Amino acid sequence: MGKFKKKTKTSENIPTSALPDIIFMLLFFFMVTTVLREQDILVEQKLPQATQLQKLEKKTLISYLFVGKPKKPALYGTEPRVQANDVLINTKDIILWVNQEKDKLSEAERDQITISMKADRDVKMGPISDIQFELREADARKLLYASTGKVQN
Amino acid sequence: MARSKSRMSQEVNAGSMADIAFLLLIFFLVTTTIASDKGIQNLLPPKQDPNVPPPDIKLNERNIFNILVNANDQFFIEGEYVENTELLSEDIKDFILNFGAPDEDAVALFNGLPQSLKARANRDGKSSDHPMSGGAVVSIKTNRGTSYETYLEVLDQVKRAYFEIYAERVGLTSEQYRALTGKNPAEKALIDKGKEGIPLAISIAEPDKIGGN
Repeated sequence: MGKFKKKTKTSENIPTSALPDIIFMLLFFFMVTTVLREQDILVEQKLPQATQLQKLEKKTLISYLFVGKPKKPALYGTEPRVQANDVLINTKDIILWVNQEKDKLSEAERDQITISMKADRDVKMGPISDIQFELREADARKLLYASTGKVQN
Repeated sequence: MARSKSRMSQEVNAGSMADIAFLLLIFFLVTTTIASDKGIQNLLPPKQDPNVPPPDIKLNERNIFNILVNANDQFFIEGEYVENTELLSEDIKDFILNFGAPDEDAVALFNGLPQSLKARANRDGKSSDHPMSGGAVVSIKTNRGTSYETYLEVLDQVKRAYFEIYAERVGLTSEQYRALTGKNPAEKALIDKGKEGIPLAISIAEPDKIGGN
């Protein structure tokens, strides 16, 4: 009986004084890992799905190219456009852009540049193959078709 | 007045601290985008020199696995109309590992394969000679009007066939093989062992000018 009495004496509420600390820990984690989007994406981005995904290793070697219908058709029309950095560019300017991106890398890494092409799933192969042709001309042959995962059947 | 002041507790009320932290936490949770650089890798062919004519590589028809996708996203695989790509990767695996007319090196390669892959060798004279360089090529041809999604679906299935072969050779699952980075020598050796003798031969032809812009 004595044992039971002892138990009932213990307070029933959980000490919550450490709760702010835990929350702060989580907060700091997200503050550190968060990357506020530095680019405004001007084209539609619904990435296609695929199963055989591979991750890229060195993030510094990656340059992004966004392809899709412009979000503001009044300004840029309805045909799929290419966005590099913050602006829409013409397909012809891709060589120039690749060379600029290559200049940002060190001498030894220049030929390892990888282009991550984030193309909308509704884009047709015509513009895509034009971009690929320009990338070949610019000698940036490593290409990644950015896509999201899908459960393999 | 002075009395009542002194009666007030000296401690700051920290109970709402958690609420404030929660608000901030939720803000960062919402705004955070954990960047994922995942996708299907592809190596484009080197650029053509206009002064040098493209090398005239003679390949027998039986050594090419033809995949055509038209502007209506319909598949035409090895001369047959196919509804979907469900069986495509299995067909490609059979094609690559056919060993129709292997030379000495290819026989050595065949003997080094695990039993499950050996079983796929149908030795069909109408399919590929051997999986080594110049022996089995998967060709993907699209129209300019083919949708990117469909093209990627096909490429995905072709890659799947290759990765499953590679993974089986080193005794891993396909997922594990794809996750290999080659950062340390052990992983690099595994990657090379999987690929050895069976190069990734995917030919992506220039699209036709039909049905697009």
